[in-house]
Amino acid sequence: MLPIKVRDLSFSYQNSDKKIINEVSFDVETGEFIGIIGPSGCGKSTLCFALNAIIPHTINGTVSGNVEIYGKKALESEPHQLAGDIGIVLQNPETQLFAMTVEEELAFGPENLGLEVDEINRRIEWALSVVRMEKHKYRFPFNLSGGQKQRVAIAASLTMLPKILVLDEPTSQLDPKGKRDVFNVIKKLHDEMDMTIILVEHETDILAEHVDRIMVMQEGRITMDGGPDDILSKVESLQKIGVRPPEIAEITYRLHMNGKVPKVCTTLDQARRLKV
Amino acid sequence: MSLIEFKDLIYRYEDSTVNALDGVTFEIERGECVSILGENGSGKTTLIKHINGLLKPTKGSVRVDGKYTSDVTIANLAKKVGFVFQNPDHMIFADTVVEEISFGPKNFGIDKEEMERRVDEVLSFTRLDTYRESHPMALSGGEKQRLALASIIVSEPDILILDEPTTGLDYKSVNSMINLIRELHDKGKTIILITHDMGLVSHVAERVLLMKEGKILKDGTLKDVFSDKKALDETFLDQPYALKLSLAWGMGINITPDQLIEDILGVKK
Repeated sequence: MLPIKVRDLSFSYQNSDKKIINEVSFDVETGEFIGIIGPSGCGKSTLCFALNAIIPHTINGTVSGNVEIYGKKALESEPHQLAGDIGIVLQNPETQLFAMTVEEELAFGPENLGLEVDEINRRIEWALSVVRMEKHKYRFPFNLSGGQKQRVAIAASLTMLPKILVLDEPTSQLDPKGKRDVFNVIKKLHDEMDMTIILVEHETDILAEHVDRIMVMQEGRITMDGGPDDILSKVESLQKIGVRPPEIAEITYRLHMNGKVPKVCTTLDQARRLKV
Repeated sequence: MSLIEFKDLIYRYEDSTVNALDGVTFEIERGECVSILGENGSGKTTLIKHINGLLKPTKGSVRVDGKYTSDVTIANLAKKVGFVFQNPDHMIFADTVVEEISFGPKNFGIDKEEMERRVDEVLSFTRLDTYRESHPMALSGGEKQRLALASIIVSEPDILILDEPTTGLDYKSVNSMINLIRELHDKGKTIILITHDMGLVSHVAERVLLMKEGKILKDGTLKDVFSDKKALDETFLDQPYALKLSLAWGMGINITPDQLIEDILGVKK
């Protein structure tokens, strides 16, 4: 069964006629790592919320079409019914954190599932070790650094043992070290634990190196969908719609136009093999 | 005399046992564009708050345009030093774009005619002319960030401090912010930029102050700093991709795509 199946999904926010998501259809295979890119306001974040039933249950509006998460009809489910299948991590971790200690933060989800204390503790220890935050178990989440807070938010999702994780620009407010630490966690979830990952991210250089597939959103629609090399080497198309191509792609594209290199590359590893 | 002069500055927050700034000395000349880089918690924000007088030194001194900041009121410094905060939502409060922009000059007692001239000029500079009567909160992220900039430059400060001016903005908005900063620099403004966006740094800054644990780890030109792998590693910064590629291809220290491409096309001619 497919982790995610979306058919003809449309959504407009309450009091708005504009379809922020407009007839979107796509499938996601088990273990895929998908990057979603697109200019501000294209509907990326809204799409994330429609995958785990936050739309239409918490965010009001007009929705049509169909979303299936492992065969469950997501639009007709309550968010908690999907929590064991799909987790979500938002741009600003502070909007997700609320407990007095990291441990309590992580216990919240499994406690609400009514799990045994031993099982809850096992999950907390495991989630903390995945994000390398074991040492901070008893700290007040709001006193942690941005990168640490975001790793706690990821760990809190992991305690529900989801098979899909959706992350909406999880590193955009972090400093370089925080970005690196959080990204290493995401890679680990995909590479070692075979999780299905949907990552909204505007840093295309990072996507080029790691994802299996890129979807480009524009005015509520998915206008490009394919492998990272195919999509991210389309430098001019990306710039035209307001997406920054990877810097390596921009450089090799311009040199290619001047006949200096045979092709456009999207990652440093590919480009370093070119002769200039 | 330099426009900004930090001498052996030590600053410790009242509730802390460590120095947030621990012996900081540097000078910035009029018209420079300097970027301050470093991890969160390295002291960047504490440092810039000394330039507009929000913080006064625990030890050492800070002089702006020759005057010790400990002798000048924040209100007086505000005419000289404009500060654009990271999150424009924290600065915006008026009901229309024009009101938002007029607030500063009104409070500095600038007469109506001069104020209208400046507001028009700033609206056109930040390309917000068509939004004169719009509610600031109805603007997009990029437009809000330009409005925050407009409402500071309208008071014509000599020194502009920009804290993460591109965070959360998309490609087009980042490009337009880069162009605005360059134009302000060309007009002779002294610009101090706090950012983690290496693209922004490489496109606008001439000099970098690299901070770590309250100290300046490195102070130099972009080329000096970005070719110092050890200092970058210590502060968890990456070289810009253009530079990595330039080095992988055995070329020199080219920091931006433009520089690398010019270098290659020039060499090959």
